[in-house]
Amino acid sequence: MNAIELTDVTKVYRRYSGRQFATLKSALLQRSLMRDLEPREVFTALRDVSFSVPKGSTFGVIGRNGSGKSTALKLVAGITKPSSGNVAVAGRVSALIELGAGFHPEISGRENVFINGIMLGLTRKEIEQRFDEIVEFAELKEFIDAPVKTYSSGMYMRLGFAVAIHVNPDVLLVDEVLAVGDEGFTHKCLDKFAEFRRLGKTILLVTHSLGLVDRFCDRALWLDEGRVQAQGDPRRVVDAYLAAVEKTEGALLATTTAKAVAAVAEAPSPPPSPTAQPDSEIRDMFRAVEGRWGSREIEIADVALIDRSGQPAFVFHSGDPMSVRLKVVAHKPTKDFAFGVSLFNADGVCCYGTNTFIEEMDPLALEGEAEVTLAIDSLDLVEGTYKLDVAVHTCDGAPYDYHRQLYTFRMKSRTPDVGIYRPHHRWAFSSGVRFKPAKDGSR
Amino acid sequence: MLRNLSQLIRYRGLIQSLVARELKARYRGSVLGFLWSFINPLLLLAIYSFIFTTIIPNQTKGLQPYALFMLCGILPWTWFSASLTEAAGSLIAGGNLIKKVLFPAEVLPIVSVLTNMVHFFLALPIVAAVLIAYRHWPDAAGLLWLPVVIGVQLVFTSGLALMLAALTVHFRDIRDILANVLMLWFFTTPIIYAWYQDEVAPYRRFFNVNPFTHLAVSYQEILFFPGPYDHWRWLLALAIFSVVTFLAGYWLFDRLRDSFAEVV
Repeated sequence: MNAIELTDVTKVYRRYSGRQFATLKSALLQRSLMRDLEPREVFTALRDVSFSVPKGSTFGVIGRNGSGKSTALKLVAGITKPSSGNVAVAGRVSALIELGAGFHPEISGRENVFINGIMLGLTRKEIEQRFDEIVEFAELKEFIDAPVKTYSSGMYMRLGFAVAIHVNPDVLLVDEVLAVGDEGFTHKCLDKFAEFRRLGKTILLVTHSLGLVDRFCDRALWLDEGRVQAQGDPRRVVDAYLAAVEKTEGALLATTTAKAVAAVAEAPSPPPSPTAQPDSEIRDMFRAVEGRWGSREIEIADVALIDRSGQPAFVFHSGDPMSVRLKVVAHKPTKDFAFGVSLFNADGVCCYGTNTFIEEMDPLALEGEAEVTLAIDSLDLVEGTYKLDVAVHTCDGAPYDYHRQLYTFRMKSRTPDVGIYRPHHRWAFSSGVRFKPAKDGSR
Repeated sequence: MLRNLSQLIRYRGLIQSLVARELKARYRGSVLGFLWSFINPLLLLAIYSFIFTTIIPNQTKGLQPYALFMLCGILPWTWFSASLTEAAGSLIAGGNLIKKVLFPAEVLPIVSVLTNMVHFFLALPIVAAVLIAYRHWPDAAGLLWLPVVIGVQLVFTSGLALMLAALTVHFRDIRDILANVLMLWFFTTPIIYAWYQDEVAPYRRFFNVNPFTHLAVSYQEILFFPGPYDHWRWLLALAIFSVVTFLAGYWLFDRLRDSFAEVV
């Protein structure tokens, strides 16, 4: 039996024509009142979406911002009606969409609990029975008689959450509200959700927290631009979503990089800047300024980051191999040259830098077009956005062509570890220390 | 529509607590609190008495004491105009509820009307006090009509409030237009003058199409003018008109209902 069932649901939001300009007077004068209320421009938030949530299961909805997740939730909650298709929900629904919506700032928390409860469909008596529980859950015992306007936003949200969750719904709709409290409160909310599951209630969860979907949901749905992209096993859906996110992220980074390169290419070739001095260059390493300088006797014509499959890429996973491939053009043959590459994280901290000179490679000759590749077997960086410096310069540091932080790539990691560098590591324990077996394919 | 309308009765608990909340919230933090509901009309009475008995004395025969006469019309008018002004903005002010919670939107304009009705009720003892002070005894049988008049006004105001609330969501200008319309409406309604005055007689036909004329005249007849209430034919006609207005208002509201969550 399904608690929630959406069949071919399409939701079209209407942009009412020229609402800014239309006044009632003109509408009446032109006898176009009803016509003006007809939509002219439309925006399709959901297109032929079908899914069903069996009673007692937990269902996650993921997707980018603006993909229609919240619209789907509002349809299930009955706040808006589908333009076509059918929405069927069995049982009492409580929507944790906007916590504390309808709280009146001037009156006390106590009175707001009652009014909010009534708004959510409880009777006065039911609220009286649950009142202590609500206050305790919200951790607001001392403040419950203070006007709500004196509450911090966390207190406000907690009270809203506490009321909504004590409505005792058959179907609970949750829209990204777990971010409301401190760690302790979030755990309490998750415990409450777990309790709901045990009681055989249905939960529809809209979230950006993919880990939560993976851990918590029986099934998941991925929406993109109002369409169902995938649904089914949460792990598979999350993986498919992540792959798509990487793809768009890569495309975005590609344009960022192209723009950065184009910007410095268009700029008139700067005169040898003071930063070209070897000593100042070292200081400059730690200052994140995009740019390109050098004499251009040797030019770096193209830079590509190559992934495992040999394709240019902008998104890498921690531990992936990466090759930095430079295409260089020597406008005249030279014997004095060195190639360098360094990695910076988003804070502008140099994570690693090297060049052929430091690594004691003696240059012999460079002429015409050439390709230089720095192959990194395992990119052991933590998650984040990184920038790349590439350079070709003389052995004593005078730059031919220096590309400062023009190339951006993104590291992804399954583990939210911190720092800059992730050494290859493993844990070892003597007997007496035991862990639960890891979930299959642990991430 | 009728099903939704019957739902309205189920929301009475909600309406009740929202009205209570509005009343509490309005005076929360003010020193005199609920006393303001008495003080406001009292001050109004004092000002009008001073102006129309001392500065520009209104000597019209039959309208004495003039301050009392005016009070009979102004108090229901205040209920009416404040209700409409608040109701027109009620959906926009309660936008959060409409957008984010499954909330019966019609409750909001109705709460505006009822809240102001409570203020009206709180001002009635002042009328009584002034009546006693002037030893001006209304006709006892006429007083029985008072609840009917109030009922008609409630239905009529609610109908307009629903209409305005729904339309204001789409046409924000209504709030500004309304302020002006109400001002004009006030002066074209026999509140600071009497429907019976000879000067009014040539225009009486125009006055008669103004629904509030009959409400104002009813209040004045019941509370102020001696003798039995004999405006009841008009009142009954207005009662029918009010029910029609209410149904029309509710129909319009219901029709536009689905657009609220998107447009507010």
